[in-house]
Amino acid sequence: MSSTDGLIAELTGSLQPVKRLRSPYARAALWLGVIAILGAIFVAGFADMPTFMRRAGNPRLGLELAATLVTGVLAVLAAFMLSLPDRPLGWMLLPVPSFLLWVGSSSYSCWRQWIVRGRDGLGIGEGLDCFAWIVAFGIPLGISLFLLLRRAKPLAPAPVAAMGGLGAASIAAFLLQFFHPFDVTFIDLGMHFAAVATVVILARAASRPTLGAPDR
Amino acid sequence: MGAAQGGDRRAYDRLLREIVPYIRAIVRRHHASPDRVEDVTQDVLLTIHRVRHTYDPSRPFSKWLGAIAHRRAIDALRRRVRADAHETFSPIAYETYADPGANKEIAAHEDSAVLAEAITALPPGQRQAVELLRLKELSLAEASAQSGQSVGALKVSLHRAIRSLQSILGHGEGRDE
Repeated sequence: MSSTDGLIAELTGSLQPVKRLRSPYARAALWLGVIAILGAIFVAGFADMPTFMRRAGNPRLGLELAATLVTGVLAVLAAFMLSLPDRPLGWMLLPVPSFLLWVGSSSYSCWRQWIVRGRDGLGIGEGLDCFAWIVAFGIPLGISLFLLLRRAKPLAPAPVAAMGGLGAASIAAFLLQFFHPFDVTFIDLGMHFAAVATVVILARAASRPTLGAPDR
Repeated sequence: MGAAQGGDRRAYDRLLREIVPYIRAIVRRHHASPDRVEDVTQDVLLTIHRVRHTYDPSRPFSKWLGAIAHRRAIDALRRRVRADAHETFSPIAYETYADPGANKEIAAHEDSAVLAEAITALPPGQRQAVELLRLKELSLAEASAQSGQSVGALKVSLHRAIRSLQSILGHGEGRDE
């Protein structure tokens, strides 16, 4: 008997029934649903809704908000897709258009701020607080997402983690808007994206120990 | 695979035996050595076993299997490239170093030559202390009588000599004596 035949006999002998993983759409919807409920409770309890509604009525800001949320949702879906062995890396492109829209619409808002307010429109507003917010909310969101993602035992954890990190950070950035009663400057915007990048980098760095991979 | 997910061992056994040639064919695209092909094929089988819960029966099995085999073959290739980057091939390595017992004489000869050279380089007083107390293994009193140095001076000279030798042969620390 060859060693491969022996291995097959061993694997067959140790076979136990397994619970099939649910579809990535269902798993993404489950996580997003729970986060939506918790987020809604948090926002209802602490956000200044009248100010937010007034700002959200502005089409530019509405577009920016929608792009942020859609980036988060699509990045989370991409992470669940990529956690499965037979899904192509092309899923990483899923959140790219909305992400570009988010960057573009935010930059346009900053540019208008600069035109209207001159040098004040370039200054650092609440940028550091925003950075801390996105990182502080993005990390726990990312951890809860990783707990679901790791059940798939992804063969390539890095892209899964990067998409998961982007999804968590984008949703944290979306939640931030409920507590952000002013338009951002270029510096503030830079801090927002630096925070998103920080969460993505942390997620990527934590991918192997947290999401695991077959023995290297 | 759907039946195997439910715990059907016969179906699983049949499935694994049937897919081995397919896995080997994929692995051979990345690895040439028959031993390595077999190693990676077994790694793919282990991976399939580990992630069998991710297979969705509504999707093509061959695509799922092919993706795993391809992925693990590439991973094995990367591991090998990484290992090669840290290792140097030496055609005489086995003959020269693999069996420490076979090299004792050569190593001892090399070590004693280096040590003799280092002792020669010591100042006369230190060199004499080493020769009398360590090489000839005389007692302190005998060495003192022979050299004319006091016992205390001999002790100090020997201590300094050993420090100097350690410093000169510092690269050899940790070697087997």
